[in-house]
Amino acid sequence: MILTQTAETKASAIQMRGITKTFGEVIANNSINLDIRYGEVLSLLGENGSGKTTLMNMLSGIYFPDAGEILVNGEPVIIRSPKDAFDLKIGMIHQHFKLVDVFTAAENITLGSQQKGRYDKKEVARRVREICSKYGFEVNPEQKVYTMTVSQKQTLEIVKVLYGGADILILDEPTAVLTLQETEKLFSVIRNMRADGKAIVIITHKLNEVLAVSDRVSILRHGEYIDTVNTKDATEASLTEMMVGKKIALNITRDDIPNKEKRLSVKHLSVMSPEGVKVLDDINFDLYSGEILGVAGISGCGQKELLESIAGLQKTEAGASILYYDASDAAEKQLIGTNPKQIRNLGIHLSFVPEDRLGMGLIGSMGMTGNMMLKNYADGKSLFLDRKQPKDLAEKIREELEVVTPGIQTPVRRLSGGNVQKVLVGREIAASPAVLLTAYAVRGLDINTSYTIYNLLNEQKKSGVAVVYVGEDLDVLLELCDRILVLCGGAVSGIVDGRTATKEQVGALMIKR
Amino acid sequence: MTSQNHSKQREPLIRMVKRDHLPAKKAWLIRIIGLLLALVVCAVLIFSITKLNPLKVYTTMFGGAFGSTRRSWQTIREAMMLLCVSLGLAPAFMMRFWNIGAEGQILVGGVATAGCMIYLGDKLPSILLFAVMLIGSIAAGALWGFLPAFFKARFGTNETLFTLMMNYIAIQLTSYFVAVWEKPYGSNSVGIINSDTNAGWFKPLFGQQYGWNVVIVLVLTFAMYFYLKFSKQGYEIQVVGESENTARYAGINVKHVIIRTMLISGAICGLSGFLAVAGSGHTISVSTAGGRGFTAIIVAWLSKFNSFVMILFAFLLAFLERGASEIASKFNLNDYASEMIEGIILFFVLGSEFFINYKLIFRTKEHAQNETLKEEAHS
Amino acid sequence: MSSLISLLQAAIYFGTVIMLGSLGEILTEKSGNLNLGVPGIMYLGAIASLTGSFFYERAVEHPNPVVCVLIAILCAFLASALGGLIYSFLTITLRANQNVTGLALTIFGSGVGNFFGGSLNKLAGGVGQISVSSTSAAFRANIPALAGLGVVGDVLFSYGFLVYLAIAAAIVLQWVLHHTRVGLNLRAVGENPATADAAGIHVTKYKYLATCIGSGIVGLGGLYYVMDYTKGTWANDGAIEGLGWLAVALVIFTTWKPIQTVPGAYLFGILYWMNYYIPGLTRYSQEIFKMLPYVITIVVLIFTSLRKKKENQPPANLGLAYFREER
Repeated sequence: MILTQTAETKASAIQMRGITKTFGEVIANNSINLDIRYGEVLSLLGENGSGKTTLMNMLSGIYFPDAGEILVNGEPVIIRSPKDAFDLKIGMIHQHFKLVDVFTAAENITLGSQQKGRYDKKEVARRVREICSKYGFEVNPEQKVYTMTVSQKQTLEIVKVLYGGADILILDEPTAVLTLQETEKLFSVIRNMRADGKAIVIITHKLNEVLAVSDRVSILRHGEYIDTVNTKDATEASLTEMMVGKKIALNITRDDIPNKEKRLSVKHLSVMSPEGVKVLDDINFDLYSGEILGVAGISGCGQKELLESIAGLQKTEAGASILYYDASDAAEKQLIGTNPKQIRNLGIHLSFVPEDRLGMGLIGSMGMTGNMMLKNYADGKSLFLDRKQPKDLAEKIREELEVVTPGIQTPVRRLSGGNVQKVLVGREIAASPAVLLTAYAVRGLDINTSYTIYNLLNEQKKSGVAVVYVGEDLDVLLELCDRILVLCGGAVSGIVDGRTATKEQVGALMIKR
Repeated sequence: MTSQNHSKQREPLIRMVKRDHLPAKKAWLIRIIGLLLALVVCAVLIFSITKLNPLKVYTTMFGGAFGSTRRSWQTIREAMMLLCVSLGLAPAFMMRFWNIGAEGQILVGGVATAGCMIYLGDKLPSILLFAVMLIGSIAAGALWGFLPAFFKARFGTNETLFTLMMNYIAIQLTSYFVAVWEKPYGSNSVGIINSDTNAGWFKPLFGQQYGWNVVIVLVLTFAMYFYLKFSKQGYEIQVVGESENTARYAGINVKHVIIRTMLISGAICGLSGFLAVAGSGHTISVSTAGGRGFTAIIVAWLSKFNSFVMILFAFLLAFLERGASEIASKFNLNDYASEMIEGIILFFVLGSEFFINYKLIFRTKEHAQNETLKEEAHS
Repeated sequence: MSSLISLLQAAIYFGTVIMLGSLGEILTEKSGNLNLGVPGIMYLGAIASLTGSFFYERAVEHPNPVVCVLIAILCAFLASALGGLIYSFLTITLRANQNVTGLALTIFGSGVGNFFGGSLNKLAGGVGQISVSSTSAAFRANIPALAGLGVVGDVLFSYGFLVYLAIAAAIVLQWVLHHTRVGLNLRAVGENPATADAAGIHVTKYKYLATCIGSGIVGLGGLYYVMDYTKGTWANDGAIEGLGWLAVALVIFTTWKPIQTVPGAYLFGILYWMNYYIPGLTRYSQEIFKMLPYVITIVVLIFTSLRKKKENQPPANLGLAYFREER
């Protein structure tokens, strides 16, 4: 079957019918239907954890569906492996790039491609240049991947897929790591590919991008298929409603706590990544007791490094200062150059809910009890662990936060995402902190659990804790936080009042250059 | 077009999925089935090579290992040696530090012990001599553990390969000392050390020649169990093994823990060398470790670092070795049959772990039927 | 001068065993499998070739050298590849731990080798009595015209064909890994199997094939040892195990580059035998000298980890199992 694609025919590329996929007890996709067409950009819209990536991974051969059928060009197919997907001319650009670091661009491009015969570097380079000039990419075939920027790696991924002859391209959150200019460039490339008759799917949760680049939008929510609409008939409001369900006023209480005291003062904080890129650039701000300071920004703008610098986990550049003002004696304590243990020994109650819950905040193979003592196991002179206290604490948190677990000895790895987070937040709050740092505290959680977390943070604020809330949902940031610090490319692009600022205002600061 | 071919393809016949959790009882059942299967395969092999009745061979093996008090004690001694090395490896492995260097750590411990016996045997009172031997062997083993740990902690040097190389440095070092201490001249061996005075030999305990070996190793077994499970250091080892990031987050000094744990690991392996020289062989040679450093890795791994489970596996492997040397002499085969059987059993036990961690999903009839229907609809 | 020549010759004999071992292991490790079963596989190759030749020579009155060579190579390769297959099945399909499985294979292989080796010795009437003289002679045959060229002939042309075949294998493997599609795909599997998988490379197939073929090559090292190095005899002395680990060391020493195994293996050979040629060494200081290859390997290992040059690191996924649906 040879397809002649013009803008008018919009031949069907892929049809997914009743696709279901479960992981253990979690239903990631529940009977999903989806149409992908040639010469068209389809946005797959949904919040984090709504099952977008899982669904697309069943097209790229990473996962195998539990039920349902897939038709490519009208024919039912079984995609058992990436190779099958490849043969069907489906190419996916994963969020975590699938590139071999020690290979050159050309080597990565030719990898696994089905052409037989001799591996001819010159021929590869020639075809790469051909593709680049056709769609407007810039790739140096001889450059090693480990020397590339994120944007270059992404470009390489797309060229790789095109080189393999893909007609159906799936891009997973392609703009998450890009700057504004890079995003614009990507969109123009996407439009070129559409004009060339390719079928393109963009997985995203950003409404402005959906409206900017796509022809149709399919919406997923909590693993369920909601609807598909034409972009020209959609507005941000209508899409939001479908994405998050009925537009509910968040109704997060926000009290104004009097008598705020300065708790932290960050000055001239800069951080270099191991690759020598400046990821934090001269950050200055103060943090007060009884407030929630929101941190907004495109992901990867230095949020992680900022929190880790305060928590004593990040090497900082010379000249930085993070002063902690003790509530009891107003003594100033310098946090730069300390590690978490030294911070505790200074008598500073600093709690930190990191983004990577099981990889940093908790020990997946241990039960709740084992995790409760992670930070204070060393207290006391005994050579042996005190298990009584953490056990009691685990019981208490299990009861108060309604953690669903077969038992407090069950490895936390086996709990669902929301329960894992309750364990982590519960422990950090139980340490009665003076400063509480949280990174993406509600990512991947359902609405109820999210509210549990908001309430916990609010309670902490009321009791005089200085809370930092790094978040990605602007609506939540605006309803929950007293002030919002906006990061852009590792620098502070503004600090706004959460009560008066608008979404547009914060959004503009996020992409300010 | 390619999709045509694909429509003919079906869902894969077997798919594997990670299990959430399998109850301990079932897990052990699977392991035991694996073990039994291995014994059947070995039986077939034995029969095909020797035409002997496998059951008779197994009975003879049992007799060889436990047939008399003396034989039982030899099996026990062997099991204790293996157990001791495994105990040494457990903390390192729990930290996900691949200490493949136990063989070398045993040897240097043995060399240190032998050196003390040779040079100080007639100079120090018995108690002091034992103390020096003990400290010497522990220090030597600890040094052998320290070197790879230091470079791992400092520069991330691959510890599997480093510890592997350290084995052969230890072997050459042992050859060197065997040549230096050669007795009688030209024999290329050290001979029985202090055979006249028995200085530095373990005295019988409860009338048993290997009484001390058993007591020392069993004490160590309990100590290691409690160390790993209940001590703060044991907790740190677990956290570092699970995730270095979590360890840093908790304020654990990862480098420090790596080095400290390997000092302990090497020290205990060195202590096994002490037991091998002072407690049983009373000599030193390149075969003093006798591959136990490698076998113990398997014991420690299969027991999931639980000291008490290690006792079982140590006895299983000691039984195999003693039993096989018995069938060797009785049926006129050679000792190496034991390694062959050991290898086969290990393959099966290792393979059985898969069925504990994963489950297989076979293509169901219903699914297959759907596929056929689809195919018909399209043809 | 003559002692220098005999040192070089000894180094080349010695080096060829470990060169073949390390080439096979490089191929295996490039697929991400750290196979610590090298000594065991060498045993398997050695004993299989010996057994095959032994029975052939017993059965025929005038053994044909070509048939001798073919039988020995075929037996060695198949038996070792079978060892590799056991390892592959356990680590790739059943996802058993690679280190532990490799060590089990070493135990198994040395058991099989010494068990049958001992039995063969008994059949033949005593240690050193196994007579596979025809096969051994075929493996050691050189071209007299070249071998007779004085010093040059002694140093360069006095060896059996496997010495040259090993060098050729190093060159071919280097070329395959770095200049062919198959090599590129294989390296990708060892570096980043998820990427290779997503690119449509059959990860499992590559791992199986690389490990089995690699094991086959390792086994040829064992064959060379019995047929040439020990001239067709067997002793249960554990020598093969030592050579096997040295082959693993050589892999590190060459930073996973096949072509470098040629100078590397000969250098190890020189270091190992040098002590016999340095006048005035006592017997015990000779033992210290034999340590050198291992010490140098450790130094190389430390230096590569210090310099962190990406191209010199072990394959990034070495030692890890791959499961596509991991999350």
